[in-house]
Amino acid sequence: MSVELVGLALLMGLVTYPSRALPLLATGVERLPRIALDYLRLVGPAVLAALAAVNVMVVTPEGGSPAIHVGIEWAAVALCAALTAWRRNLLVGLIGGVALVAVARALGLAEIPV
Amino acid sequence: MSLLVFAGAAQFAAIGHVAGGLPWPGVILLTALLNARHLLYSAALAPWLKETPRPRKAVMAHLLTDEAFALAISHFRRIGRSDERGYWLGAIGSTFIPWNVATLAGVTLGAQIPDPARLGLDVVFPAAMIGLAVGLITGRREVVAVLAGAVLGVAISLLVGPSVGIIVGGLGGPLLAMLIPARPGEASTALGTSASAERYSMPATHPGHHGPPVPDGLHRDDGAGDVP
Repeated sequence: MSVELVGLALLMGLVTYPSRALPLLATGVERLPRIALDYLRLVGPAVLAALAAVNVMVVTPEGGSPAIHVGIEWAAVALCAALTAWRRNLLVGLIGGVALVAVARALGLAEIPV
Repeated sequence: MSLLVFAGAAQFAAIGHVAGGLPWPGVILLTALLNARHLLYSAALAPWLKETPRPRKAVMAHLLTDEAFALAISHFRRIGRSDERGYWLGAIGSTFIPWNVATLAGVTLGAQIPDPARLGLDVVFPAAMIGLAVGLITGRREVVAVLAGAVLGVAISLLVGPSVGIIVGGLGGPLLAMLIPARPGEASTALGTSASAERYSMPATHPGHHGPPVPDGLHRDDGAGDVP
């Protein structure tokens, strides 16, 4: 990375920080109505699920439009969710998901997404 | 960039944009859009950290990433209260240091590093996110939030783009979940009590938490789950 890009990194940091800090630093959080707190409580599961789903189901080719991706990654994430729910242990789920993908790719049954 | 921006998706995207010749204002605008989802994280954590002094929260904010949020919200809900030390440990130990060390390794070692996707490690991130989401499910509303968030996220990502899709999923999933009535007869769980710790704990992690008294405004009694 060239030194010139440090300026760009600084500007990128400056536009990122407010989205991270503003709600945390805002006053009156404790005075939010119950319905708002209920809503915020559900943001965590929803956004984490959205992150996971978009990560494995959507690919954006260089210069192209977003497209659906079908692959072993779906099964890996589903396996991880099932194992985590069953064993109540995230590490077990992660190991299961990664192992499934590694084995499938090693056997030539699945490709690495572009 | 890893120190100043500390946001993986935006960094990867920016490198691609710069290499493609996109002017800086475009890169900065796209970075702001891509990272707008942090507003959701920050808003969701704010009630938990309301007792934390602002200067510390200002620093905590810079370390707020997908992973830090996932670890923090899961941890807080599992123990039934806020845990500032846990936040620092998760954000710095599991993300900030490894990310920057890995960045340095990438710069210095470059092509000598094998492709982690060959080992299936590229699924660690989505698998961890869904696993942590599963850990947050304590009732019907969370199930709907998870499913709706995922469906909305993918649908809008295909139509508009992933950065917008994730935000819409994170905003719309809870809205749809709120349409589901709270489970009748569900026990009240005030934060900071052994009851809430037990309710959100995984076996062998927090069998009996005895936290501090519950501050005003951190109590719920409608049975829909915890209120940070």
